[in-house]
Amino acid sequence: MDFQPFPLILLFPLLGVLANALLGRRLSLRASGGLASLMVFFSFLAAGHGFLTLRDLEPAPGQAPRLVITLWEWIASGDLRVDFSLLLDPLSSAMALIVTGVGFLIHVYSIGYMAHDRDYPRFFAYLNLFMLAMLLLVLGDNFLVLFVGWEGVGLCSYLLIGFWYDRMFTATMSTAQAGQKAFGVNRIGDFGFLIALFLIFTHFHSLRFDTVFAAALHHPASAAVMTAIGLLLLVGAAGKSAQIPLFVWLPDAMAGPTPVSALIHAATMVTAGVYMVARSHVLYALAPVALAAVAWIGALTALLAATIATQQNDIKKVLAYSTVSQLGTMFLGLGSAAFGAGIFHVLTHAFFKALLFLGAGSVIHALHEEQDIRKMGGLRRQLPITFATFLVATLAIAGFPGLSGFFSKDEILAAAFQAQPLLWGMGVLTAGLTSYYMFRLLFLTFFGASRLAPEKAAHLHESPRVMTLPLVALALLSIAGGWLGLPPVLGSHWLGGFLGPVFADLHHLEGGAHGGHLGHATEWMLMGVSTLVALGGFAVAWLRFLKPAALGDLFATPASAWQRLLADKYRIDELYDALVVRPLGRLAGFLWRWIDELLIDGLVNFSGLAVRVGGEVLRLLQTGYVQTYAFFMVLGVIVLLLRLLA
Amino acid sequence: MINLDHALIVSFLLFGTGIAGVLLRRNAIVVFMSIELMLNAVNLALVTFSRLRGDLDAQVLCFFVMAVAAAEAAIGLGLVIALFRRHASIDLDRATLLRS
Repeated sequence: MDFQPFPLILLFPLLGVLANALLGRRLSLRASGGLASLMVFFSFLAAGHGFLTLRDLEPAPGQAPRLVITLWEWIASGDLRVDFSLLLDPLSSAMALIVTGVGFLIHVYSIGYMAHDRDYPRFFAYLNLFMLAMLLLVLGDNFLVLFVGWEGVGLCSYLLIGFWYDRMFTATMSTAQAGQKAFGVNRIGDFGFLIALFLIFTHFHSLRFDTVFAAALHHPASAAVMTAIGLLLLVGAAGKSAQIPLFVWLPDAMAGPTPVSALIHAATMVTAGVYMVARSHVLYALAPVALAAVAWIGALTALLAATIATQQNDIKKVLAYSTVSQLGTMFLGLGSAAFGAGIFHVLTHAFFKALLFLGAGSVIHALHEEQDIRKMGGLRRQLPITFATFLVATLAIAGFPGLSGFFSKDEILAAAFQAQPLLWGMGVLTAGLTSYYMFRLLFLTFFGASRLAPEKAAHLHESPRVMTLPLVALALLSIAGGWLGLPPVLGSHWLGGFLGPVFADLHHLEGGAHGGHLGHATEWMLMGVSTLVALGGFAVAWLRFLKPAALGDLFATPASAWQRLLADKYRIDELYDALVVRPLGRLAGFLWRWIDELLIDGLVNFSGLAVRVGGEVLRLLQTGYVQTYAFFMVLGVIVLLLRLLA
Repeated sequence: MINLDHALIVSFLLFGTGIAGVLLRRNAIVVFMSIELMLNAVNLALVTFSRLRGDLDAQVLCFFVMAVAAAEAAIGLGLVIALFRRHASIDLDRATLLRS
């Protein structure tokens, strides 16, 4: 095979990590951040080149174009043969472009955001490591390489969430603890993922994607095994992509610097689960129960998180729950067997959610770490660029026609409508809530009278250009990103055509159960409902939060029990704390005090003590007198003699 | 009539005297002389056995013992001198450095 440059996608971030980790102390902020950004940009170019190469390939009909490079033989032990090999096909190529493209803009933005932080080399080294792990995840050619990247992003999220390790996140939680929470919850998911890998290997004797999927198609294991594999993979995906019941880490992941939140929520990390499920679509197609579980988990997560988001007052927390909700929507799409639509929503979501987080970061930066939207208001005059881009992102996520979020969400909802109308209903409700809480956020932050503390109002300033330019770029993408996938009644679905061959193996399997296209009338009807719901959410938010007189009263009126429950996030953290964390803590305490300290330490200390006491006794024999020793020698000789003669 | 048994009894008594001297006396030179006594008791026994068995192997061994005893005498006296220089005494009870 001739030389393929696409592994360079991985090499550049690696160089960036090394440079910033080894030389970072000697680099200025601009050099360090610029280098990191440049490396990601090169990686983006390499991904673009890979994309073009892939487009020009002419694969066998019905097959997806694919490039595979084996870098080295990694594990060869008995049956288990795993190569460290990389795969570029439309799916991984699209993901690599999203990751590097959005990642690059976030890197550039970080140069401005981290200007006052002394630890910028460490920050940029972590960011590049994050990109490296995520790219490894999407480019791996087998489950094990994917798993390396999978663990890598888990590690990097821990490092970055706890980046300000000496600060408190909330009154009771330090940022380091938030990082540990993310890592711990992710480990639970990883555990499920690992067991799924073991099952896959025992049944299909390989971990390579194409071998496993071909084996699964032609010699499927029993339905129970396939369902188990699907559900265990879902546990892994739920951990990474913050789905019920493992979503609790994501809202606390914003303890890190805001660009990190953008990176975790938009470009990397949380999309890993969506990617993995889409990659394993063959396994899910063979396990309808697991597929349905994906859809239901997704719909429930979307609805749950959206309701929580309506009652949050921290600008980043609203966005965090919005991410959980949007990820739920993606899972709804995947579970409805619309894998392409799920990836499409990953793409558009990466644009507008990165934009929202970076916009929020710009607001927080301007207000010197103020995050409470009750203490903002009227910022559109002072932060015009941030406001304009934030508005675009809000419209996009709320699903206003013409913007990116509308098309991807609509495609998912259409697929859900075909799969199960109840799921569609939940999705539509989520969309309405999304529109409501996003406009609530927008109105409270940028409209109305200023509620700023005077000393913060005095220093109000728009962010520097290095931060606003990425915002503008992301705003343009948020508008145009959806045009890659127009619904059939409006035009051609370019992304669907590009990704289609990857998922083509499903069609002859399903017999076109979900393949049938909706009638045009239905499609218009679905779009109409989405639009109405988005407008409805907007209208309610308008009525509640744009009447200036009502606002003060609104904050003053005591919350109803239901609102308090939402504001407390259904007290799920408390529930987990009582059900899992504290019992585990007690078990650990028991093991520590009784098993470790008493039993194991006791055994060790006892053997030490026994030797010591024995030594004390034997020491009495060592008198130091030559004649005592000689006496024992004679005694010994006599004993020997008696023994010989007897 | 003196026969070989008497020679062995003398050898045994000499050896016992030597052991008693080594174990009981405190003077390094006396201990040393007691060791020589034990060696010579063994020599006597060897010569007796040689005579009993009617071959000369044991007498050859006896010469070896004498040679080793000569070497041992040189080293042993050297040790006694070193001990004296250090403690201004050759009392073995005072040479108990190993103990502390």
